[in-house]
Amino acid sequence: MPIPYSEKVIEHFKNPRNVGRMEDYDAKATEGSPACGDMVTLYLKVDEETKTIKDIKFESYGCASNIATGSIITELAKGKTLDEARKISWKAAAEELGGLPAVKVHCSVLAVDTLRAAIRNYEEKHGLVEDREPTTVEVVEKRLRHVMNPLTGLDIVKTHVVKKVDVSNGVVTVWVDLARDHQFANNIEQEIRERLEPLWDVAEVHVIFNDDEQE
Amino acid sequence: MQNEIIYMDNAATTRVDPAVVEAMLPFFTEKYAVASSQFSHSPGIEVREALDAARATIAQALGAAKPEEVIFTSGETESNNWALKGMARAFRGKKNHLIVSKIESRSVLDSAQALEKEGVRVTYLDVDSDGFVNLDQLRASITDDTFLVSIQHANEEVGTIQDIDAIAAIVKERGVAFHTDASHTFTKVPLNLAETPADLVTITAHLIHGPKGIGALYVREGTPIAKWMHGGFMEFNMRGGVENVPGAVGFAKAVEMTSATQVEYISSLRDRLIDGIMARIPKAELNGPRHRRLPGNVNISFHYAEGESTLLHLDMMGIAVVTGSACFSRSLEPSYVLMAMGKTHELAHGSIRYSLSRYNTAEEVDRVIDATAEVIETLRRISPLGKDEK
Repeated sequence: MPIPYSEKVIEHFKNPRNVGRMEDYDAKATEGSPACGDMVTLYLKVDEETKTIKDIKFESYGCASNIATGSIITELAKGKTLDEARKISWKAAAEELGGLPAVKVHCSVLAVDTLRAAIRNYEEKHGLVEDREPTTVEVVEKRLRHVMNPLTGLDIVKTHVVKKVDVSNGVVTVWVDLARDHQFANNIEQEIRERLEPLWDVAEVHVIFNDDEQE
Repeated sequence: MQNEIIYMDNAATTRVDPAVVEAMLPFFTEKYAVASSQFSHSPGIEVREALDAARATIAQALGAAKPEEVIFTSGETESNNWALKGMARAFRGKKNHLIVSKIESRSVLDSAQALEKEGVRVTYLDVDSDGFVNLDQLRASITDDTFLVSIQHANEEVGTIQDIDAIAAIVKERGVAFHTDASHTFTKVPLNLAETPADLVTITAHLIHGPKGIGALYVREGTPIAKWMHGGFMEFNMRGGVENVPGAVGFAKAVEMTSATQVEYISSLRDRLIDGIMARIPKAELNGPRHRRLPGNVNISFHYAEGESTLLHLDMMGIAVVTGSACFSRSLEPSYVLMAMGKTHELAHGSIRYSLSRYNTAEEVDRVIDATAEVIETLRRISPLGKDEK
């Protein structure tokens, strides 16, 4: 087949596991939005004593790799403790699927982020987390490691696409080593905003491209 | 391509008619000489005559006053590049303003942007929710500095056929040159250049069952466009280089094979597909107008089902379509045409374009309606969206 997906991706896309809505969930999270074309909702049922994931379900609005990663990540997380499940990386999910095209790596990141958000929601609800941490350059960089360059499928911090980050008074500025008319400039800016704007103490996000500075 | 594939991506390109291939073949192995002047050797003259005949056929189909107004190019992209850049060059230092619409093909928009970088001022006209250009805005945008207005005859994505006569009249009243990309309407939607005063018209062969790599720019006599390709006096000293004679012959043959009956047939398939999907699938929206629509164009947005997933499911069922979803595009951005029409991102992500040709059948259309209904239902079942509204 001339499709750039592995057989396993296609298999999970055609027959997604653990798919559907859960009514009596203990925690739920949604990441992405219909506007960005990728959205995952994930439901958890957790054993309160052992803190293991008894049941997990997901719903997906998105492309094939989005659906397939939602499927694989629920398979990987089922039966694991919350601590174990939190450590499932997008790399592990993508590897389990037999690899993903570079341009689709961000879909697996979204699924992993949704799982982590659901776990965090459970822990917050059950008083298992400390106070909210303030946003620092380190926190921003950690979040930006979840933004992928669609050209390479690698994160934009590691590959030095992010030149500099500044955080002051709730304003985050990210300097990006790309031209404003780069093929993926708009996509990368949008992804950066999606990662940073929800932070509780962030009021504004500025993304600066190379040619913006000259003006 | 296997026979069982239902190909509904004819706005991207079409299957070449076997009669076209037949007409082209002698020009590869027998009549392969360079089309030469009347004082050359016999093989060259024979090929020259074939090229002239092909040009005359195409000129006649356009309603051109003279065959010399048809200049062969490599296709739509080249013709559009030449129309915009050739006119900008001709008017450099005299006039510096270009007008295009926001839903032009990429070759027009990218050329306009390239010219902007060279200092040309460009106005991008808005379109309404059906994709029609705002004529008042056009009227108000033309200034004494305007050297060209370029507005497509029809949009390949949503099928909107512009009121080209009204647009041409507005532009010509102000004495400005007018270009239209008619790649998707040529031989399908009437355009008679004896009546419509367009100065430059883009056409291409591969959208009418002709070969790829050949198209033309119609240049009305007296239009001051700059020479495009330097390297000889071919194509009336406008475009140097050895002529693509097999292509030109194939293009002309493809034109000869078209008919009004086919257009009626394709339109009936289009209506069958639109009506079938709208009747079967709830929460579906037709993009583009119901009337004044390209004969073969169907573009529908399905709520709560993302386009790339729909496309992939349909592909696995042997049906070839495309989507305006960001996941599908090379820039990961949703269709700029749908965005210019004021559609939401979600509607763009959920849009599917089916484009038909004379090789499609009513039976195929019915199978596609069934397959689409099944796929959309499957995807909506796993989607987090839309369930609370049911």
